[in-house]
Amino acid sequence: METLLQNLLNGIAAGSIYALIALGYTMVYGILKLINFAHGDIFMIGSFVGYYAGGMLSKQLNAAQGGSASSPLYAALIMLLAMIICGFLGYLNERIAYRPLRNAPRIASLITAIGVSFLLEYGGQFVFGPDPKFFPTLVQKHVINIGGVVTTNYQLIVLGVAIVFMALLQFIVYGTKFGRAMRAVSFNFETASLMGIPTDRVISTTFVIGSMLAAVAGILYGLSYPKIDPLMGIMPGLKAFVAAVLGGIGNVPGAVVGGLIIGIVESFVGGSSYSNYRDAIAFIILIVILLFRPSGLFGKYQPEKV
Amino acid sequence: MKKRFILATAILSLSFIGCPPKTENAGGGAGTGGGAGEIVIGEYGSLTGGQATFGQSTHNGIMLAVDEINAGGGVNGRKFRIITEDDQSKAEEAANAVTKLISQNNVVAVLGEVASSSSLAAAPICQSNKVPMITPSSTNERVTQVGDYIFRMCFIDPSQGEAMANYLSRQVGMKRAAVLIDVKSDYSTGLAANFEKTFVANGGQIVGRQSYAQGDSDFRSQLTAIKATNPEVIFVPGYYNDIGQIAIQARDLGINQPLAGGDGWESPKLIEIGGKALEGAFYSNHYHVDDPAPAVREFVQKYEERYGAKPDSLAALGYDSTKVLADAIKRAGTTDGPKLRDAIAATKGFVGVTGTINLGPQRDPIGKKLVVLEIRNGQTILKAAVDPSAPAGGAAAPATDTTATNAPAGTAAATDSSTTGTAPSTSTARTQ
Repeated sequence: METLLQNLLNGIAAGSIYALIALGYTMVYGILKLINFAHGDIFMIGSFVGYYAGGMLSKQLNAAQGGSASSPLYAALIMLLAMIICGFLGYLNERIAYRPLRNAPRIASLITAIGVSFLLEYGGQFVFGPDPKFFPTLVQKHVINIGGVVTTNYQLIVLGVAIVFMALLQFIVYGTKFGRAMRAVSFNFETASLMGIPTDRVISTTFVIGSMLAAVAGILYGLSYPKIDPLMGIMPGLKAFVAAVLGGIGNVPGAVVGGLIIGIVESFVGGSSYSNYRDAIAFIILIVILLFRPSGLFGKYQPEKV
Repeated sequence: MKKRFILATAILSLSFIGCPPKTENAGGGAGTGGGAGEIVIGEYGSLTGGQATFGQSTHNGIMLAVDEINAGGGVNGRKFRIITEDDQSKAEEAANAVTKLISQNNVVAVLGEVASSSSLAAAPICQSNKVPMITPSSTNERVTQVGDYIFRMCFIDPSQGEAMANYLSRQVGMKRAAVLIDVKSDYSTGLAANFEKTFVANGGQIVGRQSYAQGDSDFRSQLTAIKATNPEVIFVPGYYNDIGQIAIQARDLGINQPLAGGDGWESPKLIEIGGKALEGAFYSNHYHVDDPAPAVREFVQKYEERYGAKPDSLAALGYDSTKVLADAIKRAGTTDGPKLRDAIAATKGFVGVTGTINLGPQRDPIGKKLVVLEIRNGQTILKAAVDPSAPAGGAAAPATDTTATNAPAGTAAATDSSTTGTAPSTSTARTQ
């Protein structure tokens, strides 16, 4: 029973990071019908911003008063910085790589996305160096034991921060004027532009928001799994993509549920005697979903009209 | 349409993982054999990627040896030139790197790799081209079984797994062990199997067996399952970059039992990542940096002067491999493949940094020294020195019951390990 709860808890913590990344995939897909493969690498950049900012802050503070950077305030500041940098990167990505291809066949954008992804991965190896780096301790870690189930304050922070940002996104999409514009663009790009919606700006902002969420995920990931390297975005990125497809790509609550399901399933498989299949399970889910429910759990089935 | 699109992109995305081939030539342009008076040696290693410190340390060791050889006038009047290829810690890239070294650079011999999976990928290429290959530190016994052109300079996993199992079950008195295996690595699966065999033979019990894949970051679910089996020690024969995270997550889950592993832990990054979570962990290694033996002291001093860091065991093995190769070329008087092969195979009594090297009929060194280290206060201290007296030799390695460890465990005297380290233990094979 304890093991069961422990696995569930671990799964939710891992799943909420997948969910945050999946939101970026799903928003961009919803609006542009483009799978932004560079998204997992934006997530990686977010982690590296945290690594460098945290390192510099510790150094400054150590020099100044012998304090350390492990305080929630500094962690929040670092997260904000990562969000700003990644948001800007997301904007550049859209502006430079995808906007010129807006009217080109979809496959062209897709190949470009893969290209951008490689650029960030191997450019990252060049700039940051290919060796794994150790993410700084932004918040002091505490182990919390609740009746045999062990958690850390990190897992709770991950969960809390993820929930806050998901709620914020839900509010933006369904509660603001901008969100209405987003949904309109997603519904029909051309009609929306005829109605006077500045589609380019909406699309840019969508990329910025998605990239900011990836930055948040990057910082949370670095906090929980402090070994980061320039290729770290590949696997979480693919799994988050699976999570988005599982929930119904283009669907915001679907991405969250999909992420949590992937996290929990992985956790249980990892804890069973089939732990060597843990990485495979996400892709098995992908295949099953595509075979039996291609529109995902929450997606609407849209037959292709001739 | 949409369905097919998603499927296509999914397949596309999968097929692109880790795709772009990127080889790096650190050693200069294409060499043209040994014609110009130079002896061209190929090196392939993990200079970047998950096991980057393995390749970098080995490379440092090799270059230290090469510069010494060249400063002394080279071998038979010819200087050494090393051409280095980076395999990015990937087995498939190792095969590409070695193909390039042999077909384009016409190297006379190849040095590499550390990771057994990479050596296993490259060895058949060297074998079929009749280019001798010396792996400094691949411990999986299958590596030298590839063919008669493949040699190694380190002990093999049966010795290593046996020594760790003997140390933990006999010296420390542990009865219940769990193993956590890296399924992507030949090294890890082989070492785990050897450890389990001896541990069970000593009356111990393997209470849990879980696996992970190199580069994973979340090990909590496997560790949760292991915790439920209540082991006294967790044997994790992985590579250093995963070990730190495994240790941290184990402590987070309230697992206070020590971890243990093999020489794949050896890296300056190990403690940088794992920190306090690795306190009290054990691992087996090729040498100990504080060993007072003159060969070790001299090497450590030269290495520190040049690189400003303490050499790990992979640097020491890289150094030894190069020196053994130079010695063999000298004796052969030629760099001709078959003759050089015979000369390497005849290496006997070569005093290296990591002990005396006597190559056996299986092209593995016989009776190579092995040490068990414990991590205390972020430093490694020597707990036992082991001389596997079994007539090693790859496949023929018999399952003799060697009383492997008999150096006194450091107990409370966790001071300077060098005192315990001196006495080269004289182990005895009981059965025969």
